[in-house]
Amino acid sequence: MNNIANTIIELIVNNHPGVMSHITGLFTRQAFNLEGILCGKIEDGSKSRMYLLVNDDDRLEQIIKQIEKLYDVLEITVQKDYDHTIFNRLHEIIMSDR
Amino acid sequence: MLAGAFFTYIEGVIMKYSGAEITIKLLEKEGIDIITGIPGGTNLPLYSALAKSKIRHILARHEQGAGFMSHGMARSTGETAVCFACSGPGATNLLTAIADAKMDSVPIIAITGQVPSSLIGTDAFQEVDIYGITIPITKHNFLIRSAEELLRIIPEAFRIASEGRPGPVLIDIPKDVQLEMIEIESFDRSFEEDDLPIYIDEVEIKKAARMINRSRKPVLYAGGGIILSGAEDMLLNFSHKSSIPVASTLMGLGCFPSSDDMFIGMLGMHGQRYTNYIMREADLILAFGVRFDDRATGKVKEFCPNAKIIHIDIDGAEMNKIKKADIAIQGDIKQAIKQLLPLIEHNDRKEWTETIMDMREKHPISKTTKHDEQLPKAIIKKIGGFAGEDTIITTDVGQHQMWVAQCYPFSKPRTLLTSGGLGTMGFGFPAAIGASLANPGKKVICFSGDGSFLMNIQELSTLYELKLDIKIIIFNNRHLGLVRQQQEYFYGKEYIASQFYCKTDFAKIGEGFGIESYDLEMAENPFLTLEKTIKKEGPVLINIPLAPEENVTPMVAPGCANYEMIGGEINE
Ligand SMILES: Cc1ncc(C[n+]2csc(CCOP(=O)(O)OP(=O)(O)O)c2C)c(N)n1
Repeated sequence: MNNIANTIIELIVNNHPGVMSHITGLFTRQAFNLEGILCGKIEDGSKSRMYLLVNDDDRLEQIIKQIEKLYDVLEITVQKDYDHTIFNRLHEIIMSDR
Repeated sequence: MLAGAFFTYIEGVIMKYSGAEITIKLLEKEGIDIITGIPGGTNLPLYSALAKSKIRHILARHEQGAGFMSHGMARSTGETAVCFACSGPGATNLLTAIADAKMDSVPIIAITGQVPSSLIGTDAFQEVDIYGITIPITKHNFLIRSAEELLRIIPEAFRIASEGRPGPVLIDIPKDVQLEMIEIESFDRSFEEDDLPIYIDEVEIKKAARMINRSRKPVLYAGGGIILSGAEDMLLNFSHKSSIPVASTLMGLGCFPSSDDMFIGMLGMHGQRYTNYIMREADLILAFGVRFDDRATGKVKEFCPNAKIIHIDIDGAEMNKIKKADIAIQGDIKQAIKQLLPLIEHNDRKEWTETIMDMREKHPISKTTKHDEQLPKAIIKKIGGFAGEDTIITTDVGQHQMWVAQCYPFSKPRTLLTSGGLGTMGFGFPAAIGASLANPGKKVICFSGDGSFLMNIQELSTLYELKLDIKIIIFNNRHLGLVRQQQEYFYGKEYIASQFYCKTDFAKIGEGFGIESYDLEMAENPFLTLEKTIKKEGPVLINIPLAPEENVTPMVAPGCANYEMIGGEINE
C-alpha cells in the first residue's frame, strides 16, 4: 500500500446516523485528511467498530482528545505501527476500477 | 382529561402521553421553571403541552434573544436553562447563542421542532438539518426518532450539559414524535448521582505543590473554570496563604475580589500595563481553569517567557493544546486547590509583593491626562460605587465591554455576564433579561454600545411586558467603536463601515416600547440622574453620548506579545 499514513485510530462507537458526522467533523475542522475509513457494525448492531487511517501529525493529539470527548465514542485505541493488511485489501478494491 | 390534572398520574396506572407532554413533564422533573422561545408550526404540540404546565414561558421577539435569555439564566445561576424554537428559521436563529454557549461553557438546552419524520430529507417547508448544522457548535446533539427515546434522552441531555465542562445541547424533535402517544407507567428515572468530585492523583498534586513552594515569583492566571467549579473561596485562601497575586481572564472576573491587594487585574489584549508586565516577570504561572485563549495570552511564544506552567482544568483536551505545561492536571479545579492547600507553605513573598506594588505605582490604570479619567470609565466606576456587590452586570461587545472589564469593581462570581469566546454583539440585553428572571430581587445592569444594542433591540418589547429591574446603559459613540479604534491604530486611519451617519434617539425608541428612558445629553446633572434612575426599581434605558475618539487602552495589537502595548500610560 502506497501512502505515508502510519497511524490507525480504532474506535468502538454507538451505531446510529450522525455518529460518522460527529467524528469526521473533527477532522474537517482542522483540515486534517482521513486517508481511509473502515467501519462495520458489531455485536447486536447497536455498536460499530471503526478504523481511521491517518498521517501522524502534531495535531493528532488534539484530535484524539476531541474524539475521546464525543458522546458516542465508547472506546479508542491508537496504533502507531498498524497492521497494514487491514487496509490493503480495501485499497486493492478501490484501485481496481471495477 | 381533567383540566388541572394534566400531569397527575396514579402510581401503577398506565396512562398515555404524547411526546410533547413527555418532554414538558421531563423538563419539570429537571426543575425547569422558565423556558424562553418562540412558537411555530413544528413545535406547536410542545407549546400546547406547555400551556398545561406550571413552567412559565417567556416569549422573546427573536430566537437569538430567547437563546441569550437562556444564557442569562444559566450563566447567573450555574443551572441548565432551556430555550425553544421551531424548525428552519427559528432553529437557525438560535445558532449564535448555541455557538456562544460552546465557547463560554454555558449549560443550555435548545429544543427545536422539526418537520415530521416522513418529510425529513425532502426539503419540506421550514426544514433545515439543524442536527447536522449544530454538530460543531454543541457539546452534543440529538435527533429524536420516537417518543420512547425522549425518556432516556431528555435526562441525558441535562447530564451532558452540566457535567464536567458544561456546554450546549440541542434536541431536535420531529412534529410526529411530539404527537406520538405512548403508554407510560412512571416518569421516575433511576438516579445516578455521581457528582462527587474525583480525587486527583496525589503524586501530581505533590509535584505541583513543590514547584509552587520553590517558586519566587508565582502568578495565578485564573479563568472561568474557577467560577464554574465554585472554587472562589478556595482560590482566595490559596492566594493569601502563599501571597500569590491573581490575574484574571475576562471570563474569570468576579472569581476574586477586585479590591483585594492580591488582585492584579485582567490580563491580555486590554489588560493593564502592570498586569501584563507582572505576568512577564513571573517564574511560575498557575493556570487554573483557563484555556490560554489568544486574547489572554497575546503571542503565545512570548507569553510568560520565564515561567514554568502548572495547568489545571477539567477538560483534558485543553492540556497542551496551546501551551505545553510543565505539570498538567486534569480535574475539577476546586478539588485540585483543596488538595494543594495543605501542601502549600505560608509565605509572605516580600520581595515579589514589593515588585508588584512598584509596578502598580509605575504603570497604574490608564487615565487620559494626569488628572481626568475617561468619561466612560468614570461612569462605570461611579455606578460600581453605588450598585452593590450583588448587582449583576451584563455587557455587549466592543469598547464598552472592555471598559467594564477593566474598571467595574467585581467581587463575586457570576456577577459579570459577557460573551467572552465568541464576542457576540447583541448578547448583553437578552442575557440581562434572563439573569433578571432567574434572580428576582437582584438588580441587573446592561452596559451596551449603540452598535450592539441595535442587534437585539426588539427585546425591549419583551422587557416592557416583564417589567424587570433592568437598567440599560448605552454608551453611544455613533460608531462601531472598537472597529473604529482598530482602523485608527492598525489601518492608517482609513475609516470604513464603522460610523453611523444617523443620530438615533434611543430615549425616544425606549419610550416607544413603553420603557422609561433618559438621555444624559439633556441632563443638567448627568451623574445625579444616573444614580437616581439606576437606584429605581423597574426597567430604565439611559443613553450616554460619548466622543467617538475615546479608545480602550492599553491595547495589544492582534498577534503581538502582551508586553507590546499601545497607550495606557499615565502621561499620555
Ligand atoms: C455579531 C457581531 N458582529 C460583528 C462583530 C465585530 N465587532 C466587534 S466590536 C464591534 C463594534 C461594537 O460597537 P458598539 O456595540 O457600538 O460598541 P463600542 O465598541 O462602540 O463600545 C464590532 C462590529 C461582533 N463582535 N459581533
